[in-house]
Amino acid sequence: MPKLHYLKAMNLALRDEMTRDPAVFLMGEDINLALTNVATGLLHKFGPNRVLETPLSEQGFTNFATGAALTGRRPVVEYQIPFLLMLVLEQIVNQASRFSLMSGGQFRVPVTYLLPASGWKPGWGAQHSDQPYPLFVHMGVKVVLPATPRDAYGLLTSAIRDDDPVVVFAPAAAHGVQETVAFADLVPIPLGVGRVHRAGDDVTVVAMGHLVHDALAVAEDLADEVSVEVFDPRTLHPFDWAGLAASVERTGRLVVLDDANRACGMAGEIIATASEEMRLVAPPRRITRPDGAVLGSVPALDLAMQPNREQLAAAIRRVMKGV
Amino acid sequence: MTTGEAPGPPTGDGHAQLYRTIRLIRRFEERAIELVQSGDIPGIHPCIGQEAAAAGVCAALRPDDVVLSNHRGHGHLLAKGCDPGRLMAEILGRVTGVGRGGGGSLHPADLDSGVYGATATVGHGAAIATGVGWALAQEGGDRVAVAFFGDGAVNQGALLESFNLAALWRVPVLLVCENNLYATTLAAHVGNAGSVVGRAEAFGIPASTVDGQDPVVVRDAARQAVDRARAGGGPSVLELLTYRYQGHHTFELKTHLLYRDKAEVARWQERDPLRIQAERLGAQERELIDAEIEATLEEAVRSALESPEPDPADPLRYLYADGLRTRGGVSYA
Repeated sequence: MPKLHYLKAMNLALRDEMTRDPAVFLMGEDINLALTNVATGLLHKFGPNRVLETPLSEQGFTNFATGAALTGRRPVVEYQIPFLLMLVLEQIVNQASRFSLMSGGQFRVPVTYLLPASGWKPGWGAQHSDQPYPLFVHMGVKVVLPATPRDAYGLLTSAIRDDDPVVVFAPAAAHGVQETVAFADLVPIPLGVGRVHRAGDDVTVVAMGHLVHDALAVAEDLADEVSVEVFDPRTLHPFDWAGLAASVERTGRLVVLDDANRACGMAGEIIATASEEMRLVAPPRRITRPDGAVLGSVPALDLAMQPNREQLAAAIRRVMKGV
Repeated sequence: MTTGEAPGPPTGDGHAQLYRTIRLIRRFEERAIELVQSGDIPGIHPCIGQEAAAAGVCAALRPDDVVLSNHRGHGHLLAKGCDPGRLMAEILGRVTGVGRGGGGSLHPADLDSGVYGATATVGHGAAIATGVGWALAQEGGDRVAVAFFGDGAVNQGALLESFNLAALWRVPVLLVCENNLYATTLAAHVGNAGSVVGRAEAFGIPASTVDGQDPVVVRDAARQAVDRARAGGGPSVLELLTYRYQGHHTFELKTHLLYRDKAEVARWQERDPLRIQAERLGAQERELIDAEIEATLEEAVRSALESPEPDPADPLRYLYADGLRTRGGVSYA
């Protein structure tokens, strides 16, 4: 069976959806040359009316996508750097995501916002390195965060087919992930359904995006002393609360590994919900970036702020001791 | 979709129809302001005084053309053919409103009459309209999109970005600046360097400034731009010089903000679009239209007030197209 790369999986999802549905089109900066490798070959296959190279006008073209979507098109907007989302919060949160509500359901805005460079590439600078997915969850925008090539294919496909705006974060640190997969197994994966990557009895580790792979490695390392279940929600909104509850009900313990900042983040939300609604036998723990984590020019400083495997192992042991 | 009593979408672009539209907008908003004062409506941004802009531009459009409105949008919807009863119900927050009460006065949208929404973030509707226009052109027909925005919007980056995109990709969009001289309380000459037309011309977009109080002048200027867009000529910018007689929002009825002198208001009222257009009709024809509109609005207000309010137990019912419900704000509910 072939090895599938994460970026190639997204490229295949775009190609397949553009082939299947003529309403789908891709727009963004530097996509004619496929600078991020996500749009590779699409201009040649679909032409310039389906692959729109845009000027540096993020606010303008994000609204433009909303307008095209209102008429029945299904735009996929590619942003190369996650901080650009700060520039278009207004367009995504305040415009696109509210059209259905404001119009009483008359209009749908099926736009996919694709971040194929989400997350830190150490040393890239303080304005090129953020993981802003909690902002969108907080505002009720659908958010997808695939960890594996097969999930990247399946979730991006579902995001494109979804009738609401969906932000798809493809963490840079996951781009190197490969998976042996039969192409027949590449199918849409519904939003809102998590995945248990590894079953365990003692503690549930919720990991998101590239951190799923770190969690799996730590679970393996600790296999002799503790049975770790690794749960990947895959979509952050809607979140698979039932899937998480099923896991926590079994293990009774919870550690959350989140690459976003601490305050008002996904880790805090997951722990709050589990504390209120699920049966925990030990205090839960979270591992996140610090608040305001933006320093990005010195790789060593970058890495010092990122959640790591040692922190996760320590948290798991602490939760197992019940302190 | 009409209630039967309503006059229905405007079908002509002649003098009587322009008068009918202006009169309808004027009386609709006067009735709405009464409902604000009685406490039935939280507040509106009245367009009284600016009716010729909506009436003239929409007279140059077909029913299948698309309009993106702004927060002074009642006139745009009515001129585009929105049912007055359903618009009044929308402003009153009733389920029979065009948006089931979800849009209100600030964000009314009506798919049936081709008004795709009203954005309150100033100028952003123009960028959305540019995307609409591009997509319409991709369909291969000759439909056009129109965005209405005010003089304050011409300093928004998103608006200027949409000028660039529209010109670059020859989008069939008409970008209409209703220059009523004030962005809330900021006078245009204090807020705007250069000119509206100058901004458009910098992007290579044909632009003109015309009298926004005369609906015939507006209609003819809009028709020229719309015809060019239909023929593949790309975007146009039209600046209409107009004026609102009321405050920015009905809250000014209580606050009595002082930023315009009475003489200025009176001077503009001398060129009232309703009177300008009334003088083009005979008295008998005018009276017939006036009576028809009064009956229409009587029924619109009555039916709207009798309509049920949305269910407060499910306020986010239409937030997602797929019916997804968010978790409640109270975890034990």
